[in-house]
Parts: sequence; structure tokens; C-alpha cells
Amino acid sequence: MLDNLSLLIQAPLLNIQLLLDGLLIGAIFALAAYGLALVWGVMNVKNLAQGDFVIMGGYIATSFADYGIHPFLALPAAIVLMFGFGWLCYVSIIRRVIGRDIFVSLLATFGLALVLQQALNLIFGSDVQTADAGFQTRFFFGGQVTVADTKFIALVLAGVLAACVVLFMKRSRMGKAIRATAQDARAARVLGVNTDRVYAFTFALNSAICGAAGVLVAMIWVIQPYYGIVHSIRSFIIVVLAGLGNLPGVIFGALFLGSAEQFSAFVFGAEFQVAAVVCILVLVLIYRQIQSARHRQVVK
Amino acid sequence: MRTLIDVRNVSKTFGGVVANHDISLKVPEGEITGLIGPNGSGKTTLFNCIVGNHPIDSGSIVFQDREITTFTVQKIARLGLLRTFQQTHIYGNMNCIQNMLISVPHRTEGYSDMFRPYRREAYERVDELLEFVGLYSKRKLQAGDLSFGQQKLLEFAMALMNGPKVLLLDEPTAGINPTLINGLIDRLKRANQELGITLFVIEHNMRVIMNLAEHIYCLAHGELLAQGSPNEIQNDQRVIDAYLGAH
Amino acid sequence: MKPSVIALYVVIVIAGITAPLVFPNYTFQIAVLWMMILFALTWDIMGGQMGYNSLGNIFFFGAGMYISAVVQIAQFAPVGEYTSAFGAYQVEFTDAQYYTGLGLGIVAAGIGAIFCAVILGACVFGLRGPYFAIGTLGLALAAAELIGGWEWVGGGGGISMPVFPGGPDLRSRFFYYIVFVLAITTFGFLRWLYTTRFGLAINAIRDNESKAEAMGLHTKRYKTAAWSIAAFFLGMVGAVFGNMVGFIEPLEVAFPTVTFGIFMVAMSLLGGKGTLWGPVLGATLFHVIKELTWIYLLGWQWVALGAIIVINVVFFQQGILGWAMDRWPEKFGIVVEPSPGEGRAVGAQEAAQ
Repeated sequence: MLDNLSLLIQAPLLNIQLLLDGLLIGAIFALAAYGLALVWGVMNVKNLAQGDFVIMGGYIATSFADYGIHPFLALPAAIVLMFGFGWLCYVSIIRRVIGRDIFVSLLATFGLALVLQQALNLIFGSDVQTADAGFQTRFFFGGQVTVADTKFIALVLAGVLAACVVLFMKRSRMGKAIRATAQDARAARVLGVNTDRVYAFTFALNSAICGAAGVLVAMIWVIQPYYGIVHSIRSFIIVVLAGLGNLPGVIFGALFLGSAEQFSAFVFGAEFQVAAVVCILVLVLIYRQIQSARHRQVVK
Repeated sequence: MRTLIDVRNVSKTFGGVVANHDISLKVPEGEITGLIGPNGSGKTTLFNCIVGNHPIDSGSIVFQDREITTFTVQKIARLGLLRTFQQTHIYGNMNCIQNMLISVPHRTEGYSDMFRPYRREAYERVDELLEFVGLYSKRKLQAGDLSFGQQKLLEFAMALMNGPKVLLLDEPTAGINPTLINGLIDRLKRANQELGITLFVIEHNMRVIMNLAEHIYCLAHGELLAQGSPNEIQNDQRVIDAYLGAH
Repeated sequence: MKPSVIALYVVIVIAGITAPLVFPNYTFQIAVLWMMILFALTWDIMGGQMGYNSLGNIFFFGAGMYISAVVQIAQFAPVGEYTSAFGAYQVEFTDAQYYTGLGLGIVAAGIGAIFCAVILGACVFGLRGPYFAIGTLGLALAAAELIGGWEWVGGGGGISMPVFPGGPDLRSRFFYYIVFVLAITTFGFLRWLYTTRFGLAINAIRDNESKAEAMGLHTKRYKTAAWSIAAFFLGMVGAVFGNMVGFIEPLEVAFPTVTFGIFMVAMSLLGGKGTLWGPVLGATLFHVIKELTWIYLLGWQWVALGAIIVINVVFFQQGILGWAMDRWPEKFGIVVEPSPGEGRAVGAQEAAQ
């Protein structure tokens, strides 16, 4: 561990490599986290199946790649398919847990996560998979820092997707209805907003965002049926750090998490990467508690 | 007469909104003190500051010659400074007797007391107090099934069960059937005289507070506007203006 | 106590004692059933009675398992060498050594789990509702990952536990009775506990924690105690389960967050949380359903179990006993109407006004 730390100090370029990797992967975490913040803020559902939606999107990409179709083309397909899947989830499960005891939504989505990860395991097997996009790798600083082109493209795509979603929320009729419902569902209902449809659309939109993020994850990283829970935890960390309805906060939190993960994986060893994510979650929650305790309040 | 609660120059802001500005007041032992003021004048905020719900920005709060400004809610409550809420706070899924039993004083409770059953005297006290507030016949009902007024009475009885030195009551008559208000005033006075509990009461109903309190403080816009006996307050032009909305 | 209730207890205890003799092939399964009952009961202390829904109670199960493993091994062999040899490091335990080691291990597991609960409680009791659930889930997941990277206790490769000095029949019966006694003890202890001030206090925290604080209740103390009690029993049963299985590793055996960890929640909910018998009922039913899906849904059993949890939570949240209490409240001692004529003078006057 100490060897690795001193290595970081001796070879400053390594820091750049880790930071760059972290930022590029963090941009994708931001997508799923934004989706979580959306359903959390609008319908007060804490979706623990968030990561499994991401993994589902990833498997859509790998399936395309298996058939020889470029994984980029999986992006629209994943968005459409996952939108439909999210709608289905809403109608069958989520609709019945809105407005109930908050733990119910957590547990119901955790159950859903179990079903999804096991189903994916049965369909695709438990091997680690990736969707090869077949792009070049760029070298900087005489080959000491390497970045695959896919990662840049994924970053750009993530940015474009996020911009589309934000524009949609600001401009479209549905986007306005969603924001109105988030502020006061009863008032929105009185004014003629079909909140049930708004909720369904919000959840489906979240699931589509996750699916798109999953395609990008599969392209630049690896997926596996059981990785879903870690992605869910990542989304929670970011949202807890940023708070609801705080887009810059989500982006910043995601980039921070991505780099923190890369550095800790390097310093402590790759087998501790998941441990690092979960430990960051616990630390963030402890930090929030200390912050609230100063105002004699609790984190709820 | 001894001063029980001494609020000295307390200020509290939320963001940019000044809820309490430089408020000083005293609650003397054994008396009933009133706190009035128009909506939004900072009465409940002051209560929250006294019992430790909000950390205050400046000033100090002294209870029985002891600085309690930085104490937590629980510690202050165990010292014998208790409050009731404007919206009732009761344990909805427990019956009235259980609600009362769990309200026994926790001042001297040790670790082993956590695992003891209640003594006979506790049960007898519960019956007495439930009868005192007129809920004896409903003692086995779930507290959540009671009406709003009954829940308020239960909350009052729970506070008495706790045996406080001073009780801060936040609008005790709000939401109570008008025909029951006289009975409630009577009970508040009896709690003060027979049980020796000092009361500090927020009240909107002028008839009630004039009838009840010996000394009244009036807040407006987060500042202390006037104080005096009920008679003085009733005839104070500033108080009348504040209530009628003039500035 | 009513005679019918006493009869029920007697029947259950006799069934528990004779079960491994009547169904010798299912001894392990029935032992797991008792363990499930213990899981559901201990989860319900926090989740049902106190309103703190933990998703990470399984942490104490795994912690107890590892504590006892280390205690059992460390008495007679260097732990690091033993674990790195993956079972090749043969230690000959005498009978007496094995049993004292096991006994000490179980006790150490219980006490160690209490320590963990007190320390972790300080870290998570400022969290409410969903934050508490996710925070505790994080603790359990973190423990699994950290143990998996800690070579001294075998890392991801796990530890082979000391070998039981006796035949397989004796072995399975021996561990069965320990689990059985633990489960019965847990039930008896909780049955008593809920009649004391402690029971009322944790119910009060569930119903309205800010009121409990405003009344001066030592909420932190009660919360820590509640978690410690759950941890104590979970730690001990973890120690026993580790020895019963004979091989422990962090992800699947010690900290199985997505199986046992979520089962304990689902079982309590199924039976009716916040009641004494609900978790017992739920655990029994759930275990039977689980075993049936294992037999009839080869391959898809995990999907089916997840679906059962979802259906349970979404459509049948109050659970069996909760539903029964809504239906026949008077059978459970809940009064919905004030009894006329019982009111004393003051109350009656008031009501008449």
C-alpha cells in the first residue's frame, strides 16, 4: 500500500492517468445518479434496482456486439427498450408503493433487483463481459498516459444525453408537468395534471437513462450480473452527496466518486475497489450526520 | 421570587429570516406566564430554542441558574423543562396507558431500569392523571384513534406524568371543542397550584390567556413588543396595533 | 398464561427435540429453519418494534462467524499460517480442545458482536428511514469486501473450520440442538423483554422518536441496546452456523446480504412485523416455500424468491398477523370502542357535554 503511494508521488503522470480514468467513468455514473435523483425527487421512491437497470442496458449492448452490430447502435435500442421496461415496472410494482411507508419502496425495489440480477445470471451467465467498440487508444506523454477513444466518445455521449434530458425537463410539456408534480403532487392533480402518468413517465425515463448509461459502461468497462448493486450504491452516494434537484452537484459528486474510486483501487489494490465504494458510502453518510447534528437535526 | 427560565438576548435566524431578535424574558417559579403575538411573530421558534430544538445564534438561556444553551433536547427534558406541541405528538400505535407509562420521569433512570417492569405506583399514577384530564374511560384505546382534542389532553397528561418543573404549552386550547375550554383552563390552574408546575403558555385565545396568566409577554416580528399584567397588556396600544395589523 | 398457550409451547419444544430423530435426513434443513426463526425475531427487534429498518443485520452473523473461527483456531495454531494453507494445515484437536474452543468461540462471537453493534450504532443512529436502511446495507457489504481482502483471515478463499471429532450423524445432531436452543432462548428472552419498560420504549421510538426525545427518553441508549441484543444472538448463531457448514468465506457464507440478509426482512414482513409471533410464523412459512421452490423450480428458484419478496412487500405489507389484527382487533387485546359505563364521573361528564 505504501509502495503504491510512493509510486504515485514519484511518477506524477500516474496521477493524471488515474484522474482521467476516474473523470471519464464518473461522467457515466452521473447519468444513473441523475435518474435516481429524478425518481427520488418526483415520486419519493428510492430505487435500489437502479444499478440493475444499468447492467440490463449493458447486456443489450453486448448482445448487439455478439450479433456483430456496433454497440453504438445499441444506444437508441437500449433507451427504447429500457423505457418500456421501466413503464412495465411502474405499472406492476412501483405504482403500488408510492406514498406508502418509505421502507416499502426500498424493499420492493431491492426485491426487484434480486429478480433482475438472478434472471440476468441465468440468461447471460456469470462471466464478466464487455462490448468491444473497436476504437483506437490514444497515447500522451510518450505513452505514459493512455486513453481509449471509446472513453472520450462515451464522455461526449453522456454529455449529450444529459443535455437532452435537462432540455426536455425545462422545455417540454411533460417536463414541466414532472417538475410541477415534484413540487406539490396534490396541487398538480388539482390543476389537472395526470400524476399517475407523470410518475410512470418519470420512472420510465429514469430506466431509459440507466439503460443508456449501461451501454456506455459496457463499452468502456465490464459488466456482470452481480455488479448492479455496486452501481446502485454509487448512485446513492452521489445523490446523498449532492442532494436532490442539484444537477451541478450530481455531476461534481459523480466525477469525485469516479476519481476517488480509481485512486483507492490503485493504492489499496484492485480487489478493494468495491470495498472503497461502500466505505465511501458509509463515510458520506457519517459526514451528513455530523453536518446535521450541528443543527441538532437528523438525516431523514 | 426565583426565576426559573431566564432567556437573555436570544437571536435566531433561518437563512436570512429573523425569527427571534434579541429577546429577553423571565419565567418566575410557580407562576403561569403567557406568551402572545400575531402569527409568525416567533413564539414557537422561541419555544424550540428554549427546549434545545434549534441551536441559537447568540444570547443564552439559563434554567435554574444553569446555562442550558448548548444542551440537547433530551438533556433539557431530563432537567425538568418540558414542552407540548401545537400539532399533537403522541405514540399512535400504543394505547393511552402505555403512552402514559413510557412518560415516567427519566431523570434518574439507570441502565438496569431499562429492563424492569413498571411499579404499582406508576400504574396508579396513570389512572389518577387520566382521570384528571378526563380520559379514564378511553384508557385502553389506541392513542392514534382518539380525536384531536383528546390527543391534546393525553399529551398534557403525559407531560404531567413526567413530573416537570416547568411546562411549555404551545397553544393548549387550539383545536379543542369550545365547551371543553373552561374545563381545560381549570385543569391548567390546578396543575399549577396543586402539582406546583410552573407554566409558560403560548395562546391565541385572548380570553383564555387573560384568565390564566399572571404575567404576559407579547412578541411581534420576532421582537419583544410589550410585557406586563393581563390588564396592562390589554390596554397597551402597541399590542392592539400589532394584532390589528398596524405598524 | 392460558393453558392453550402453554400447550402450544410444549408441542413446539417437543417437536423441536424430536425432529432430528424423526427426520434424520433433514436435520440440517430443520436446523436452518430454527436459524431463520432466530433471524426474523432479531430483525424484528429493530425493524418491527423500533421502526429502524436495517438491511445490514447480517453483518453481525458474519462477524460472529469470523470471531469464533479466529478464537477457535488461535488457541492451538497460528491463525495466519492456518488460513493461508486452505485446510492443508492439519491440527489435531483433542475432543476436549475442540469443545472448549467451540464454546469459547460462540461466547466470544456474541460478545464481539455486541462490541460491533455499539461502535457501529454510534455511526448510523443519526440516520432515519431510508438512509438508515442504506447505511446499514453499506456496512454489511463493506464488511464482506474488506474481509475478502484480508489475507490473515483467509481473504476471499475462506477458512476451513476445525473438524468435528465424531461421526456425521452425531455432528449434525450436535449442531442442530445448539441452534435449536439458541432460537428457543431468543424467543423466550424477547417474550420477556417486550413486557418490560424496554418494550414500551422501543415502541415509543417507532411511533414518534422526536416526541420520545422531547420527553427525555434515553433514546440512544435504547437504540444501542436493541441493536446489541440483536447482534448478540446473531453473532452466536453465526458462530454455530460456521462450524455447522465447516467452511466459511465472506461473500456467500458469512455476509450473504442478498440472501439471508434480505430473507430476515422478508420473513418478518410476511408474518407481521412488530409482533412476537409474526416473525416465527413468517420464517416457518418462508422456509417451507423456499425449500419447495428449490425442489420444483430448478435454476429459477432465486428469481422466484425475489418475486415472492416483491409480492409480499407490495401486496401484503402488513403480513399475516398484521392482517389478522386489522380483522379481529379484539382477539389481540386491542380496544377500538370505549367501554360504556366504565368511565368514572369526570370522564362521563366530559363526554356528555
